[in-house]
Amino acid sequence: MEKIQEDITVNRIWKLMEEVYDPEIPVLSVIDLGIIRDIKNNNEVEIFITPTYSGCPAMDVIAMNIRMCLLQNGFEKIKITQQLSPAWTTDWMTEEGKQKLKAYGIAPPKGKSFDKNYLEDLQIECPLCHSTNTILISQFGSTSCKALYQCKDCLEPFDYFKCH
Amino acid sequence: MPDDLINYTLHLADTSLVMGHRLSEWTGHGPMLEQDIAISNIALDLIGQSRNFYQYAAKLINNVKKSEGSKSLSFEENLSEATEDSLAYLRDAREFKNLLITEISNGDWAKTILKLFFFSSYQFYFYQKLIFSSDAQLAAIAEKSLKEVTYHLRWSSEWVVRLGDGTEESNRRIKLALEETWPFTGEMFQDVAYEIILTKEQVAVNVSSLKNTWQNKVEKVLQQATLNYPVEETIWMQTGGKTGIHTEHLGYILAEMQFLQRAYPGCEW
Repeated sequence: MEKIQEDITVNRIWKLMEEVYDPEIPVLSVIDLGIIRDIKNNNEVEIFITPTYSGCPAMDVIAMNIRMCLLQNGFEKIKITQQLSPAWTTDWMTEEGKQKLKAYGIAPPKGKSFDKNYLEDLQIECPLCHSTNTILISQFGSTSCKALYQCKDCLEPFDYFKCH
Repeated sequence: MPDDLINYTLHLADTSLVMGHRLSEWTGHGPMLEQDIAISNIALDLIGQSRNFYQYAAKLINNVKKSEGSKSLSFEENLSEATEDSLAYLRDAREFKNLLITEISNGDWAKTILKLFFFSSYQFYFYQKLIFSSDAQLAAIAEKSLKEVTYHLRWSSEWVVRLGDGTEESNRRIKLALEETWPFTGEMFQDVAYEIILTKEQVAVNVSSLKNTWQNKVEKVLQQATLNYPVEETIWMQTGGKTGIHTEHLGYILAEMQFLQRAYPGCEW
């Protein structure tokens, strides 16, 4: 019986996490990003999160937002544990997350990580006019996770969530 | 062994922090917006890596303190409970174990690019080995960091070629940079006492074994950049950083970086 209770609570928390968003890309939840590795509920709720990039300043805010969300939903004992291994990869981003990114104007990661091609110049589709006639402006963009591209057809610059 | 592991972890933390801090000096001063953003991103990655190492070092130090096993930790008296912040902001130059190449001045864009290229290729091969460390936490940090360093190496390699094979002036400047930075590359491949001990336990990377791979990579990129690989035997290599003997540059970095915590201890905002 206790075990079932515990599962129900854990499932509820997973559901709640769909409402915790990335402060830098507010259309993506922590579930879409794939950064929640595990949730345990014994005497306290323990959430295992994995950072996207080592220096990503959003991680501290995300951890705080997770805590706030749980507090608002009646959980009191909360522990957030940072788990580094296995290292986060864009492969963990949900398909739904990728669609949301595109709708938001950021080209979603293309290809799989550790596929050597992820460092090569890929054909990235412009999220605005869908042309693939695009060019890499800089491997580094407005946040650690993005590269800067420009569309040669509609001429708009855009962010690409780089493969990692 | 606990002291060696602490020193080794601090060496890795200090190296990433000082390099990250140095590169961050370009923020707002880059030659163009995209490159300003790029170098700031790289600085951020490195400072992030150093946080992971400092957090681990703090944990190790606090464990040792609990069991009272350590004698040689000179900063022990100054610190009650070690934290990532106390380790970064409250240790003095002689306690820093960063590689010298990370602390030398940025100079012009060519010098910054070239030392970053030397450093990133070192980190790239280093982390590929540290992934297999018998210390699970060091291995995890390496796994995370390697992905980021791959981008740093690619970006800095491209710039070395662009500058070397660019205009007359860019070529002149990067040649000068090569002369200035080369004497700081030897230290990366010289094992110090704590590394030798930890290498036997498969915790640390045997850095002298990385030299050939690094050399091949550097030679290839320099050649592409129309630059000559320096004839090594004739050049004196500077060492000492890993054991706390630094150039005059580190004190200035720390004076700026640590000022706030020294003047207003515990200040938060």
